[in-house]
Amino acid sequence: MPLPDWKTTRRGFLGGGAGAAALTALAVPLDAQSPEPEPLENYAPEYFTAEEWQFVMAATALLIPSGPTPGAIEARVPVFIDLQLASEFGAAADWYMAGPHAADADPLLGYQTPLTPAEVYREGIAALNAWCEQTHDAPFAELLPQLQLEVLAALDEGDVTLPAEMRDFFDLLLQNTKEGFFADPKYGGNHRMAGWTHIGFPGARASYLEWVDKHNVPYPLGPVAISGERG
Amino acid sequence: MARTEAKKDVVIVGLGWTGSILGIELAREGLEVLALERGPDRYTVPDFRYPDVIDELKYGIRFGFMQKPRNSTITIRRTLQETALPYRKLGSFLPGDGVGGAGIHWNGQNWRAMENEFELRSYVEDNFGADIIPEDMTIQDWGVTYAELEPYFDRFEHVLGISGQAGNVNGQIIEGGNPFEAPRSRDFPLPPLPNTYDSVLFAEAARAMGYHPFPRPAANASAAWTNEYGMQLGPCNFCGFCERYGCLNYSKASPQTCILDALRRMPNFSYRTNSEVLRVDLAEDKQTATGVTYWDEEAQEEVFQPADIVLLCAYQLHNVHLMLLSGIGEPYNPVTGEGVTGKNYSYQMNGGTTLFFKDKHFNPFVASGANGLSIDDFAINQIDFAAEGFIGGSYITAGVANGQPIRGIGLPKGTPSWGEEWKTAIGEWYGHSMSIGSHGSNMAYRDCYLDLDPTYTDRHGRPLMRMTFNWKPNDIRMTQFMRSKIEPIAESMNPDTWQSSFKSEGAQYDVRPYQTTHNVGGAIMGDDPNTSAVNRYLQAWGQHNVFSIGAAAFPQNIQYNPTGTVGALAYWAADAIRKDYLPNPRPLV
Repeated sequence: MPLPDWKTTRRGFLGGGAGAAALTALAVPLDAQSPEPEPLENYAPEYFTAEEWQFVMAATALLIPSGPTPGAIEARVPVFIDLQLASEFGAAADWYMAGPHAADADPLLGYQTPLTPAEVYREGIAALNAWCEQTHDAPFAELLPQLQLEVLAALDEGDVTLPAEMRDFFDLLLQNTKEGFFADPKYGGNHRMAGWTHIGFPGARASYLEWVDKHNVPYPLGPVAISGERG
Repeated sequence: MARTEAKKDVVIVGLGWTGSILGIELAREGLEVLALERGPDRYTVPDFRYPDVIDELKYGIRFGFMQKPRNSTITIRRTLQETALPYRKLGSFLPGDGVGGAGIHWNGQNWRAMENEFELRSYVEDNFGADIIPEDMTIQDWGVTYAELEPYFDRFEHVLGISGQAGNVNGQIIEGGNPFEAPRSRDFPLPPLPNTYDSVLFAEAARAMGYHPFPRPAANASAAWTNEYGMQLGPCNFCGFCERYGCLNYSKASPQTCILDALRRMPNFSYRTNSEVLRVDLAEDKQTATGVTYWDEEAQEEVFQPADIVLLCAYQLHNVHLMLLSGIGEPYNPVTGEGVTGKNYSYQMNGGTTLFFKDKHFNPFVASGANGLSIDDFAINQIDFAAEGFIGGSYITAGVANGQPIRGIGLPKGTPSWGEEWKTAIGEWYGHSMSIGSHGSNMAYRDCYLDLDPTYTDRHGRPLMRMTFNWKPNDIRMTQFMRSKIEPIAESMNPDTWQSSFKSEGAQYDVRPYQTTHNVGGAIMGDDPNTSAVNRYLQAWGQHNVFSIGAAAFPQNIQYNPTGTVGALAYWAADAIRKDYLPNPRPLV
């Protein structure tokens, strides 16, 4: 299928200003992609300890496995999570964290632990590793992948009981893993737009008027990142 | 210590839709008008510019344009017996902050409430008998009629440049519009938006079943528009980043695109940002307000701002909170049913069915906030409440609003939420599903209300407001009725598979998943000071120079998105203040 001439149509009516800036941002040639970052094995985490990093590498690799297409590891999801926990999100900077806390309240009443997301990871990983040591004689990252899968499934289903303060640990880990697969690459994950490419989401293109009435026609263009990099 | 600023004629609390409307209308009268906004200033450029705003994580997931619970939140409980706990992180609803308020991050679905919704209790009693109203249901008439508000609906729609198709102009039914809508005095300012594939498939199926599909009224411009203030909109480019985002394209109607640049040019209007109003100050006799006290974030001090007129134009929850904190109106007591401030908080009862088609490509990222087709065949004026056993109604609709992947990818039931199967499923199903939703009314109840929390306080030491709210059997019967109408439409479309999500018997309010930012009530309007907090002109019964403008005035929730009705009420109140109050300040009723 011939590609539509999208470069000349996108937001043409704006003329200069934002429109011109958009064209400049998008006109990055394919060979100008950012250089390959540090391999994950050499990555120095900003938040995680070495043991926590091993856990996050092992767990995210199972939540979004590698295969014919990239998974969480190739998409550098662990980097995304590390950077998020080192930032305002990890510190619950926007959230109301004043007491008293009722961590064991009905879950429908929402996030009630006194712990920040960064603390939920820290204590959650420690508690899960302790459980693995007790049950399987090794921390999570050292278990065989099949056993790791079983432990994660048990954690998901609430069969591994964590203290109420950490009960959101698995949901947080899963949510952040998916975020790291689909957020703009500027946050450290979705490397080379692997998550967007996998599902066919065009990223930051954000101009589709000419496609509204092309019903039941697959969209032909790959993703673009906020930086202008193309997938 | 508090400093005192020079007196103004009018002080406005909050610079979103209603603050901008009241601001420009009263500034045009020559009054000295000051707006106080608790959040930052915001402009299309740089705040909403491309490509930075196309950032799902920052705005769609971490809520970059929303209020931060650390600065402002409420507590929530489901029953009078439960201990309310803080709404610590945003979930169920997303109040905005900053200039433009929630008016920057809405989808732009701009509806008019129905004629009979304004006189709901009378309509039910007259047509079905008072005995069908459950004992704990506290629905009321608004004290204003649709006919009175029609010119103001019309004006708001023309300020916003709404795209749509009229179904009833002065009583004449028009093919392709909503035949069940109340008469409007003229057509929409702009033609309908083009339709996405999902909405066309829905409309074809609905039409085949004898229903009457029509375009959703959209505050996403379908063509260029210049409004009465000289503000200009350009046609929507279907960027797929509407709700939760400011518009990068000058296409979504917002205070920024429709009012603010005209208002900022007026020398007798000014505004201060990062200025959170803490309370309304009343005169010793409590019969009037003397001004407001706010927190100046930059100076880190309290400021007393004297004014002749105080307009509460904050989000619904904050208007009620300020009234409770300031002693405006008797606080509502759910045991005795007495008192008015905080009474009749209500929400919105929505549901939906998702359809999966392996061989259809929906391109869900090709989306505007309000594009879509709807039917009103099961609207509140089309249902025999006595026969069906509930009071209420919904519009039923399809039209994709975004294809952002973190916010969710529809997957057939039974698909695991992670692992190999999940990864395969998102690759197979992204872009191959669509939804048919119902957007419905929520009645008011004796024990659904707002008051001050006994335990938790905000950063200024003020008690947080406490919400007591739960789903009730009447509204669950309503949404189950909608399910029984939607599922046959879905089945007739022959999807590979489909699944429904409607609240069922025993459903409890869950504050975690996003539902809707259509919180209403708590400072309700009416014609009796014993049962309403403000009169039909949104004027406080007890303090004639205080007006509470916005969705807090809804006595129960309508079946539609509230903004159109909020805008009409704002222009209605502005006219009453200009023409009737200013020449002779007094209680208008």
